[in-house]
Order: sequence, then C-alpha cells, then structure tokens
Amino acid sequence: MDEFLQLCFNGTALGARYALVALGFVIIYRATGVINFAQGGLVALGAYLAYALGDTATLPFLLAVIGAVLLSGLIAAGTERVVLRRMVGQPVFAVLMVTIGLLFILEQLVTSIWGFRALNLGDPWGVQTVDAGGVVLATKDLWTIGITAGVLAAFFAFFRFSKLGVAMRATAFDQEAALAQGISARRVFAVSWGISGALACLAGVTLAAGPAALTPGIGAIALVAFPAMIVGGLDSPIGAVLGGLIIGLTQALTSGYQEDLFPWAGANLSQVMPYIVMVLILLIRPYGLFGTKEVRRI
Amino acid sequence: MRARTHGLMTRKYSDDLRLFGSTNAKLGLLAILLLYAFVPVFVQSAFWLSVLDYAGIAAVGALGLNLLTGYTGQVSLGHAFFIGIGAYAAAKLGGPDDVGLPLPLWLLGATLMGAFVGALIGPFALRLRGNYLAIVTLGLVFLGEHVFRNAKEITGGNSGTSVQTASTLLGADFKDLQFLGQNFSFNQGYFWLIWGIVGIAALLCKNLVRTRPGRAMQAVRDRDVAAEVIGVQLGRYKVGAFAMSSGLAALAGALLGSYQQFVTPEQFNLFLSIQYIAIIIVGGVGTIFGSILGALVLGGLPGLIDQYSASIPGVTTGSGDSGFISVFSLNQAIFGLLIVLFLVFEPRGLAALWLRVKAYFKAWPFSY
Repeated sequence: MDEFLQLCFNGTALGARYALVALGFVIIYRATGVINFAQGGLVALGAYLAYALGDTATLPFLLAVIGAVLLSGLIAAGTERVVLRRMVGQPVFAVLMVTIGLLFILEQLVTSIWGFRALNLGDPWGVQTVDAGGVVLATKDLWTIGITAGVLAAFFAFFRFSKLGVAMRATAFDQEAALAQGISARRVFAVSWGISGALACLAGVTLAAGPAALTPGIGAIALVAFPAMIVGGLDSPIGAVLGGLIIGLTQALTSGYQEDLFPWAGANLSQVMPYIVMVLILLIRPYGLFGTKEVRRI
Repeated sequence: MRARTHGLMTRKYSDDLRLFGSTNAKLGLLAILLLYAFVPVFVQSAFWLSVLDYAGIAAVGALGLNLLTGYTGQVSLGHAFFIGIGAYAAAKLGGPDDVGLPLPLWLLGATLMGAFVGALIGPFALRLRGNYLAIVTLGLVFLGEHVFRNAKEITGGNSGTSVQTASTLLGADFKDLQFLGQNFSFNQGYFWLIWGIVGIAALLCKNLVRTRPGRAMQAVRDRDVAAEVIGVQLGRYKVGAFAMSSGLAALAGALLGSYQQFVTPEQFNLFLSIQYIAIIIVGGVGTIFGSILGALVLGGLPGLIDQYSASIPGVTTGSGDSGFISVFSLNQAIFGLLIVLFLVFEPRGLAALWLRVKAYFKAWPFSY
C-alpha cells in the first residue's frame, strides 16, 4: 500500500508538470488554432534563464524565477510577433511546421549558450524530503504541486473575472465577432503566447529543481505533454490538467509495477505509455475527454 | 515564314497531361539520363558519391511523404518509423543467414511490409484530422523506437543489427560492379542502384498524381468533406495514401540499411521525420520534382556539415575545441531554420522558384 501511495504521489507531481506545459499548449491553441511544438524549447529556455539569473547574476532564487518567468513570456510573445504573425491564414500544416522549426532552433540556441553539462539550478529545495507515514514526499515535488495548484487557480480566475481574460475567451469562441466588439486579436495572440511562455518557464523550473538536474534534455517533457493535452481535448484547459494527471499517474504506476505484471513489454515501457494511453483514448473519443467536437461544414 | 506554335499552347486536355510532350521536356529527360549514366564515372571521390547516394535515398522517402502530406494533405511526423521498418525488413529478408532473398525481392518485400503497416495506421487518419493526426503520428515514432529497441530477435536491440543484403541484379553485383573491363567501387555501383530506383519511384508517383487517383487525393487535401460529397471515397484514398507513402518510406529504409550495412534504433527518431519534412518543404510541397530537388539540397547536408565542420567558424569538432555549437546541434538548427525561412518567405519551395524562372524564359522577351 505504501508503495502504491508513493507511486501515486510521484505520479501527481509529474502530472502537475505535464499539466503546466499542456495548459500552455491549450491557451495558444484556443487563441490561435496552432499547436505550438516550440513549447519544449521554451521549457528548456525558461529553466536556463532562471539558472542564468540565479547563478550567473546571483539573484535570490525567488527573484530569479520571477525574472525568468517574465523574460520567457516576453520571448514567447516576441516570437509570435516576429514569426507566427506572418503565418496567419496559412494552412495548419505550414504553421505546425514553423513551430517545429522554432523548436529545433530554440533547443540548439540553449545548448550553444549553456552547453550539454548538467547544471545546478540553485533552488532551496535540493534533495530534502518530508516523511509522511511511510511515504517519502520530496520537498520539490510538494512545491511543484503547490505551484501548479496556485497557477491553475490564478489562471481560471483570470479567465473568469479579468477583462483581458474574457476578451481572450471571446476571441477563442469567435474571432470575427470578437473583432467586431473592438477586441484586438493581435493583443490576444501576443498575450496568449506570453502566458504560455511563462507557464513553460515554471514547468522548466520545477523540472530542473534538485541537484544537477538542469540539462538541455528537459525540453523533451513537452513531447510527453502532447498526449496529456490530446487526452484532455485540444481546447479544454480543465482537460489539459486532468490529462496531465492521468498521464503522470500512468507513467509512475507503469514504472512501478511493469516488472511484475508484464515484463515482456520491454524496459522503459513507462516512457512510451503516454502515447499508448493517448491512442486508446482517441480510439474511443476522437476529440479527447473534454474537447469540443469539430463541426464539419461543406 | 510558317507560324510556330507557342510552347504553352495545347489543343487537348490529354496534351496537358503528357509527361514528355514538348521538345524541351524530351531534351531535359535526355540530359537527366546522361547525368545518371555518367556522374559516377566522373565523380570519383567516395565522399561526394556518398553525399549523392544519401540524397537519392532521401529522395525516395521524400516522394512518399509528399504523396501523403503534399498531395493528400495528411500531416505525418511518423515517417521515420516506416523508414525503420524498411531497414529492418531488408536486414531480415535480404540477409544470407535469414531469408536471403535476391535484390529485387527483398526491396519489394520491404516495400510491401511498410505499405502493410502503413495501411494499418491509415484508419486513424479517417477518424482524426490535422493537429490530432500529427500528434498521433508523433507518438508512432516513439512507440516504434521502443519496439525497435526491445524486439531483440528481429532488430538486435539497442546495439543494432548488421544489414548484409544480396546486391546482384542480372549477374551484376552493385557492390563490386564490373563493366567493359572497368571496376567500379561500392559507392559508384550504389549510385546507379539508388538513383535508378529514384527514377522508377518518381515515374510511378508522377503517373499516380496526374491520373484519377491523384486528382482524388488532391481533392481530399483541398477539402475532404467536399471531396466526399462529389463522390471521392475518403477511406480508400486516405488509407491508400498512407500505404503508398509508408511503402516508399520503407523502400528508402531498405536502401539506407543496405547502403550503411548497419542500422541502430536511434537512427529512426523524430529528427529523421523532421528532416524529411524539411526536404519536402524546401523542395516544394505537392510537387514530385520538388521532392527530388529538396533531397538533393538537404539529403546530403548532414554529411557535408560533418565533413567541412573544421572550416565552419564556431563549430566544435573535438572535445578540446572551443567552438560554441556542436556538429549535431548545427545540423538541427540549420534544418529548423530552413523550415521556418521557407515557410515564411517561399512556402512553395524551390520548385516554385524554378517554375518562376522557367515561366520567365518561356515568354521571353515579353516576360513581365
């Protein structure tokens, strides 16, 4: 039982990180109809910015993270302004590929500035743990879950109560009608990318926390967050969070029990489990758990 | 003086569809055939021949991807998976210790294997569209790599497997070609083999897209609901496009395995899929000619960068070097940059540039 609880806790912490990345995908998708493959690059860039501000510029950790979140948001919004805005009206395929191209550029930018070495983010959590009756809770995982919950609350409040949030929802619902009401679609696009970049940075920081855990490979989390987003439904923020948790728990439980239950499926099955879950759910519900079914017109 | 018909003029629809109608097209065909026959004789350098060989392999795979993405409009990030299937199928079917089939048969077998698996994936394309399909095919790459790493009896697991295929056709061994008393190297022989297959594949694809199935595929691409309404069977053409595309990808994989004589699972990763996407974007989405052009420009690029990395400023070649970017990173960054630049500034690729130049000279001196 303890092992099960332990795995569930680990899975929830992992799922919280997926949820942060998947939420970033969903925000951009709802506003602009683009799946942003470059999100992984933003995750890595955000974490390295936090490292640069904290370690190189010797700011306190909290300030470094806040600075990195703001910078990532600005960089993401700038990318939208410089590259993606030129792609408005182009086919889905073209826009998708542009973001893939951006992903490869961002990843290489990160490795050419900071190299491949594993670095120390300089977070105060380190390897500390809290013992809760047989289950070992890592402090950084507790913080991750806490940060995610806080961000989610802020996120839903923003979209429910703030003027800009409502404008963004209106634009996602019907772009032309929103334009007719005087909402600036350009501003909404830029803000969506900015929020998404900030979320990516937070996900990067929570991933890279702990000793020598900051490597360029952390951007790969975005590739696993895709299934999380798809499972939840492309355009549903709640779906993204639930999808993240489902994927995180599946991964943790698979890595814990696969050896005993089905060893024939090969080592590291937990790495590809998200994709299997995604395919199974898509077979039953082609638009994910909470996604809106696309209306097809002739 | 007798009036001469203008090069652009056709009197019948069938004239429009002819492959080698005009004198110019016939001359072009002749030039291509001459190049095919004599390039390996004049280009002796093993390095440049290997660049061309890799470009040819990429051209076969890119033709497949262009049928699926360029002509049928189905986004696929899973091309690398099918290339891997082809490579392992070649190792099994062509290896003398395994099945040991002769050259045409293991190539055909690998192609059919790829087409079969592609047809199994095809039905997903019926249920999922656009973005969803892209991500499911992305999952395919990861699932495929997992299978390649773990099905050790077939793929040799993480350490890879050697691909020792028969390479004799009508008494001529492409690995050690002898002709008119001349000995030709491995790279020269494989140039003729690979580019011969590129020619056959290109002709097949061209014939496919200029006839009824090709028009149906393009209708599906442009608006699949409308295509269905005018009587195009979506299931048939989507699954068919997946099967053909994966078949060609597997053919490219079989050639790749046979040329490298060794394959490992990590070769068939997401970056390989992205390379093929870059090839068709740079070459021209939805053109047969563009797939080959893109492959010529990009297919040999990783090899070129590797060879000349020492003379590119800022590139790390060894561990003690002080460059800021590694060869591997530079490769990925260049592919990423090319995709972005072409899509933003010339979405129809090099093929469109070529057509523009051609149109200019066709109407010369009254071009505008």
